[in-house]
Amino acid sequence: MQSQERKIQAPVPNLETKAFWDATAEGKLMVGKCEACGKLHYYPRAICPFCFGDKTELQQVSGNGTIYTYSVMRRAPIPYAIAYVTLAEGPTMMTNIVDCDLDQIKIGQAVKLVFKPSDGGPPVPMFTPL
Amino acid sequence: MSIKGKANIVGIFEHPTRKADDKSLFQLHAECAQGALADAGLTKNDIDGYFCASGDTPGLGALSMIDYLGLKLRHWDSTDTGGSSYLLQVGHAAEAIAAGKCSIALITLAGRPRTEGQATGTAPRAAAVQSAETAFENPYAPATANMYAMCAMRHMYQYGTTSEQLAWVKVAASHHAQYNPHAMLRDVVTVEDVVNSPMIADPLHRLDCCVISDGGGAIIVAAPEVAKSLKRPLVKIIGAGEAPKHQQGGQIDLTYSGAVWSGPAAFAEAGVKPADIKYASIYDSFTITVVMQIEDLGFCEKGQGGRFVSDGNLISGTGKLPFNTDGGGLCNNHPSNRGGLTKVVEAVRQLRGEAHPKVQVANCDIALAHGTGGSLGTRHGAATVIMERE
Repeated sequence: MQSQERKIQAPVPNLETKAFWDATAEGKLMVGKCEACGKLHYYPRAICPFCFGDKTELQQVSGNGTIYTYSVMRRAPIPYAIAYVTLAEGPTMMTNIVDCDLDQIKIGQAVKLVFKPSDGGPPVPMFTPL
Repeated sequence: MSIKGKANIVGIFEHPTRKADDKSLFQLHAECAQGALADAGLTKNDIDGYFCASGDTPGLGALSMIDYLGLKLRHWDSTDTGGSSYLLQVGHAAEAIAAGKCSIALITLAGRPRTEGQATGTAPRAAAVQSAETAFENPYAPATANMYAMCAMRHMYQYGTTSEQLAWVKVAASHHAQYNPHAMLRDVVTVEDVVNSPMIADPLHRLDCCVISDGGGAIIVAAPEVAKSLKRPLVKIIGAGEAPKHQQGGQIDLTYSGAVWSGPAAFAEAGVKPADIKYASIYDSFTITVVMQIEDLGFCEKGQGGRFVSDGNLISGTGKLPFNTDGGGLCNNHPSNRGGLTKVVEAVRQLRGEAHPKVQVANCDIALAHGTGGSLGTRHGAATVIMERE
């Protein structure tokens, strides 16, 4: 079953996440990085969820990753694949697998970053098989 | 301070309705309260503690519900951990009683998702609530079914679990539900029926999913001296544990649940082991939920849950671990999309010897009730309660 475009609920940026969504508009995917402990986290936060360090910054990632798990929602007007993708840099994020045959998706598959327009908001990071 | 032996469950009630199109939500809560009081042999004015989950009691926390019920209280708590809230609240009520903050605590649950036509499992989340993670999840259309499906998919990949093994959970539940006149689904099903039912979210089929039902229930927890003054069999709470599990800053591991923490805490407090449990109520939002929690509670090795539940091992009378003898959420009832309260109710029936004779576990002296609320695929609250017949 070939994936189809569906209407994507717009992310609502707030003061803390505006820079992340400004970056997606420029085609960049960012994760959070803590200056104190050096760990990367996702979704990005002002306060590090590992050590409570309050000096965090956004770091751009390569856009390469592998599928940790996924599921094709068959009971939807337009079936779609939800997934968790583990980024090459470490963190795992919720996403969709798009522009592919939904029946061929596999755990462990290598994927790369693409962006899809949302319904009235900033573009949303998704992944497609390499 | 331990709660072991400091509180008893003296009243239980499961509303018989599965479609409450003639009752309001608040009315259902009140009918459940009446039912549990009658079961205990207590009256409304005996209640001095009230526990509920804010998610199924509209208004500011519990206040509108307390107002409607007309309760005069010394203590209350409306912590919401989704479907496990009522398991958590049994522990919280026992803590409050042990600390002298109240002596007779009422816990209620009610909801009407079936009448209201909610596509509970398959509808993506609405944008109405903006939590910290909303912008990073809602665009991808997480629903309930596909979140648990992702846990099942990973479990299959990592441990070799099969759809047929998951199906055995539903088969066992259906064997029990055939004896429950109130159960929504009373037909005994086979492994083939489950794996041949329509796919909802890969790899979960329709029969891997729980029912959507209206209804509710109530529990009354009381101090031991109150329990001894009543005419019901004595069921004491001997251990409770609770734990949240979340996405851990992106270090996501969907192979286990918060039961890896709530379970050992409850077992340690109770001073018993998984092998001592004669009956277990295990939250069954989906078949995979049961498999993961059985592993995490220590009934088998991690990754062996699929093998453990196979071949009728959860069926009362023949299996090693009789579970959900009312038919559980998979066949009987999942009121308000929250299955934790009915898990306690059936465990108490088993300890009292009041389960249906066809599913009553012989010499049932120690029982466990466990649940997770929220979503195993994102964030959830796990709660475990261990009870003993006196």
